[in-house]
Amino acid sequence: MKDIKVLGTGCANCRATVQRIEEAARAKGVEIELTKVEDMPSIVGYGVMATPGVVVDGKVVHAGGVPRREVIETWLA
Amino acid sequence: MNAVLSWPVERPKVFLLVATAIWIALYALLVPASEAIVAVLPVDRESHLGSALQFFFYDTPKVLLLLTGVVFVMGLVNSYFTPERTRALLSGRTGGLGNVLAASLGVVTPFCSCSAVPLFIGFVQAGIPLGITFSFLIAAPMVNEVALALLLALFGWKIALLYLVLGLAVAIVSGWVIGWLRMEAHLEDWVRNLARAQAGVTAGSTTLAQRVQAALAAVCDIVGRVWPYVIAGIAIGAAIHGYVPQDFMASLMGREAWWSVPAAVLIGVPMYANAAGIIPIVEALLAKGAALGTVLAFMMSVIALSLPEMVILRKVLKPRLIAVFAGVVATGILIVGYVFNAVL
Repeated sequence: MKDIKVLGTGCANCRATVQRIEEAARAKGVEIELTKVEDMPSIVGYGVMATPGVVVDGKVVHAGGVPRREVIETWLA
Repeated sequence: MNAVLSWPVERPKVFLLVATAIWIALYALLVPASEAIVAVLPVDRESHLGSALQFFFYDTPKVLLLLTGVVFVMGLVNSYFTPERTRALLSGRTGGLGNVLAASLGVVTPFCSCSAVPLFIGFVQAGIPLGITFSFLIAAPMVNEVALALLLALFGWKIALLYLVLGLAVAIVSGWVIGWLRMEAHLEDWVRNLARAQAGVTAGSTTLAQRVQAALAAVCDIVGRVWPYVIAGIAIGAAIHGYVPQDFMASLMGREAWWSVPAAVLIGVPMYANAAGIIPIVEALLAKGAALGTVLAFMMSVIALSLPEMVILRKVLKPRLIAVFAGVVATGILIVGYVFNAVL
C-alpha cells in the first residue's frame, strides 16, 4: 500500500490533485492511503515552497501545480 | 495521449515556429475581421450600440490572442525560474541590490497566491532578509502575465512597460522600507522558531520539450480560468464606451480632483477582481476623462493589495507587520498616482 499525502491549504489546485490521484489509483487498481495535509507548519515542514505538494512514502515528489496524469502513474508503479 | 496533443512535445522547435507563424497571421487579421463583423451587423456604427459593439468585437479577440501569447511566453520563461532556484539566487543577498533582484525575480518566477505562505517560509528559512522577501512578494502578484497582456492589448506597449517599471519600483522601495524598519520580531512565533534550511537547487535538467509542455499547461490553466472575466470586463467596458458621456469621469477621476487617487486606492484594496476583469473597465474609464495616474493607482491597488491575500499572510505575520506591509505598499501606489497626474 502506497502512502500518499497531498500538501495544500485547500485551494482549487489541491482539490484537483487529490481527485486526479484518486482516479489514477482506481484506474490502475493500486491501493493507496491518501491523506490531505492542510495545516501550514506541517506543509512547510516538508520543505515545499509551492502548493499543492505531493509526498509518496515520505518523499516529496512534486511541488506546485496539478501534476499530470502520466507523472502520477509513475508514483503508483 | 493522442498524436494531435503530443506533437508539440515531440517536436518542440517545429511547434514553436508554426505556433508563432499562426499567431502573427491571426493578429494581422484582427482589424479587418472585426470591421467586417460590425459592418455586417444591422446597427448604425455611429450609434451608442454600434460603438459599444465595435469595441467589443475588436477588443475581445485581440485581448484573448495577446493573453494566449504572453502567457505562453511567460510559461517558457517561468520554466527557467523555479522557486527553489530563485531562493538559491537570493540567499546571502543584503541591501538595496537584493531588493532589486528579488522584485525582478518576482516577475519571472511562477507564483500563485495560494503558495504565498510556503514560499515566504522557504525564503525566511534560507536566511533571506525580510525586506528582500517582501520585494519578491509584492512584485510577484502585481506584475503578472495577465495584467501585462491586458495592458499591452488595451493600452499599448508604452503603458504596459510603464506599469512594469512602476510595479517593480513600488516592490523594490516597499521591500527596502520594510527591511529598514527591522520587523523580524513581528513574524509569528512558529515561523521564527523554524530551523534554518539550506538553500540548494535540486531540480534536474529540463528539456525544451518539457518547457513547451509546461507553457502549454500554463495557457490552458490561466487562459481557461480568466477568459470569462476578460469577456465580462470587455462587455462592461464596451457599455461604458458606448453609453457613458464623454468627459463624464473627468470630474470624478480627473486630474483636478486631488482626492481621487487615495479614493481609487481605498476602493481598490477590498476588491479582489483579477487583472483580466478590471483592466478593460479601467481602459474605458480612461477614455471618458479619468486621469492616467488615478487609473494606474486603482489598478495597482486592486491587483497588489487584496484582503484574501492578507488573510493568507496572517498565518505568518503578526497584525502589525501586515498593517505596515499594506501601509507601505499603499503609500507607494499613492505616490505613483500623484506623480503621474502631475507629470502627464
